[in-house]
Amino acid sequence: MSNGYHIVVCGSLVPDPLQALEPVTTPDGPALKNESMLPSVLDPWAAHALYEAAHLAKTVPGSKVWLVSLGPKAKLQQLMMTVAQKAPFEFVAVDGSASGFTDSFETAQALAKAIESIAGLDRQRLLLFGGCSSASRDAGTTVGMVGALLGIEEQFLAVDEIVPQEDGSFRVKERVEGAQYLVSECAGAPAVLAWATGNLPEPPNNPQVGMTNMRTIMPALAKAQPAGNLRGSLRFESVETPTQRRETRVVKDAGIDEIARELADWIRG
Amino acid sequence: MEQPEIERQSMEVDIACVGFGPAMGGFLTTLARHLTGESGQPPLESKAMPGMPLQVLCYERADDIAFGVSGVVTRARGIRASFPELKPEEIPMACEVRHEKTVYLLDPIGASRRGAALRVLDALVRPLAGRRMAVELPYTPPFLRKHGGLILSIGQFNQWVGNQLMAGGAVQIWPGTPVEKALIEDHRVVGVRLADQGVERDGSPTPAFLPGMDVRASLTVVGDGPVGPVGRQLDEVFGMPEDHHRGHWAVGMKMVVELPESCDLPEGTVIHTFGFPEPEIFGFLYVMPGRLASLGVFVPSFLDSPVRTTYRYLQHWMRHPYLWRWLEGGTMRSWGAKTLAEYGKQGEPYLVGDGYARIGEGSGSTNVLTGSGVDEAWTTGVQLAEGVVELLRRGQPFTRENLAAEYERRRRESWVESEGRVAEHARDGFTRGFLAGLIGMGLTGLTGGRWHPKAVRKPMPTLEEFCKGRLTAGEVSRLRREATEKGVPLHDLVMDALGWPRIEHDGKLLVSHQDALLLGGKVQAPAGFADHVVFLYPNLCEECSPQLCVEICSGQAITPNPEGGTPLFDREKCVHCGACLWSCPTPTPEGVSNVSFRAGAGGLHSAEN
Repeated sequence: MSNGYHIVVCGSLVPDPLQALEPVTTPDGPALKNESMLPSVLDPWAAHALYEAAHLAKTVPGSKVWLVSLGPKAKLQQLMMTVAQKAPFEFVAVDGSASGFTDSFETAQALAKAIESIAGLDRQRLLLFGGCSSASRDAGTTVGMVGALLGIEEQFLAVDEIVPQEDGSFRVKERVEGAQYLVSECAGAPAVLAWATGNLPEPPNNPQVGMTNMRTIMPALAKAQPAGNLRGSLRFESVETPTQRRETRVVKDAGIDEIARELADWIRG
Repeated sequence: MEQPEIERQSMEVDIACVGFGPAMGGFLTTLARHLTGESGQPPLESKAMPGMPLQVLCYERADDIAFGVSGVVTRARGIRASFPELKPEEIPMACEVRHEKTVYLLDPIGASRRGAALRVLDALVRPLAGRRMAVELPYTPPFLRKHGGLILSIGQFNQWVGNQLMAGGAVQIWPGTPVEKALIEDHRVVGVRLADQGVERDGSPTPAFLPGMDVRASLTVVGDGPVGPVGRQLDEVFGMPEDHHRGHWAVGMKMVVELPESCDLPEGTVIHTFGFPEPEIFGFLYVMPGRLASLGVFVPSFLDSPVRTTYRYLQHWMRHPYLWRWLEGGTMRSWGAKTLAEYGKQGEPYLVGDGYARIGEGSGSTNVLTGSGVDEAWTTGVQLAEGVVELLRRGQPFTRENLAAEYERRRRESWVESEGRVAEHARDGFTRGFLAGLIGMGLTGLTGGRWHPKAVRKPMPTLEEFCKGRLTAGEVSRLRREATEKGVPLHDLVMDALGWPRIEHDGKLLVSHQDALLLGGKVQAPAGFADHVVFLYPNLCEECSPQLCVEICSGQAITPNPEGGTPLFDREKCVHCGACLWSCPTPTPEGVSNVSFRAGAGGLHSAEN
């Protein structure tokens, strides 16, 4: 492909799942206790999308990557410390809740609006990337709706691989039921690719990439537009985390049968 | 064999910083105000990138700036000088110190090591101790008081500082990026080399190999703590000032606990304990907002036990009746451990040299008399920033002389220095025994350092010597065999045999060591980095018993090798406390420890410590 792709990755932060997460009820609806003090990570599904985008951009000359993130500005800024060394991108920030207690459609509208306002974005060369799922809003629908709002009809869900062709078309491998893959040929951009895990490992931290990215990150944060009300008419009846109890023992050289028996006993209670 | 030269990326910045803790927070906060024009003067310009603002980069080993660990109670003089309008409620988990107690804990079990003099003392105070087996001291010496100061979570404080810095945009902080070493050319530090990525555990390259970048800078600021590889490299290359040495260390292990609703300790309470589980083990409990408590113990290097285990001691300490009445029914939210530079000013290195300056705990700023390190560290960072700004405004280079005139001079003229001098030998008496240490510390504080005890150097006793009179040589041999056969450390077996009761786990606060790692510390290790703990000479490990690196390991990351010799290291459990480094009793031809503690990523992932 001569001109390359314009790849927009929709991806934002989720609270670091390693921290103690506890839902609370606020006058504005459900929230996470002490959310402001919890470190955040890039949503793991979106992270795969970002790494795949960076790889594709490197493979197809002339391509460019934008990362569009909707989250509280202060938290986005902290997130960038851990993400910006991973892959080159131009940052677009939208200031709003990333708690997950929001309406997917309202979120999609805010993201679509932000994408439409990206200067220099060629919508005919647009590949819209995102996670096929999310660690905080697991409806798995947001990126599809962003695509629909942008008028993109070619949509691929649970993607694990994209192979670009010389003529600008590409082959896509999607996960389908029963651990099978569906392989499709797409004539080219524009298209939506909602990523599963992909095949790429997390890239190493590259300080040079971080330095370059930081030049767009701080201005993007400074001019981040408020997303407005993302909850719409959505109401939550109740929110709770699953109960868990952990009793770790260090057992060396246990046999498979022994492990299976113990698991079965535990499940039986 | 000489390693083949690897082609590395390189970039030029003005100031490269190693480690993001309170010292670097103080440095960057102060410096950033001069980069944004907030100071009222024109912003400083870059020499590395002409026309751009000063380029300041800070690299932090941990995966997030909030993943530090410390139990912090501080007078906060330096912090408040930087933030005159500071309100504790702006910082999550912070509050003002309102109530202070110092408590002597008697041994309710009868298993701790207590000499004859201490047993006499115990008998004398026993009538005052009541059923809680503890005596609250009627008087807290002024040098220990923190009233009006702050209780902090170091993770939350670092995050609070870091977020303000990033919002200003004047400096960049990059977590998850360990620094392998300083670049030294002609006795001058010219920047740092980041750790290689995309390598196997032994450091050999994988297909994803990314050689660590060389970040060249006219000034390298080293604040990587007491066991940081860059600080230790500078000590090795440039040596230590005469009569300065690093003899005293400690492991601090802590939890953040959600207290039960029945607990009536008010927010802002500070309790310091001594006397139990072993006389030399100090403990702390600080009550934070939201019914949270930061609590823990310090196991010092002068505890003459060859099988010391901080985790089990922490559990016995929590179970002491004086404390358990408040803790029973509580839930662990967070856990962690770190090395404390108990040497203080005794271990102060050269603070400056051509192209570098050292700040914070690794620079000997911790006050071992007042038990305070964070505020001192912060202040050294502020002092360096003020000096650096002065040199930049005058266009003077970062030579040893210039840095000495502008940073070291500020430090020498400050309270950090004067109080550090008083405290310098405060703990030396503990090398003679617990009571001698306690009396020495008290007299040092009360005489303003004019009198202090003298240290004696004693080798660590053998296990047989340690157990003498309590276990027979045959019993000790049996325990050694059992530990080898099971592939476990000796400490639990020895403590069981010495009469310490087993800890009954409640699944909430009293949990297995591994669960503390998983539930409290959330310990992680990213792939692609080499092991940061390496045993240099396997034959030295072969002859070592008990292997203190195994016994002291805060995360059970170092375990005995069932085949003998070099212990096994599991990076995914390591909390990077570095206790293995200074606990190793086996000198090598190159240095004092057979453990090479290198730059590594990962470790604790809790933001509440």
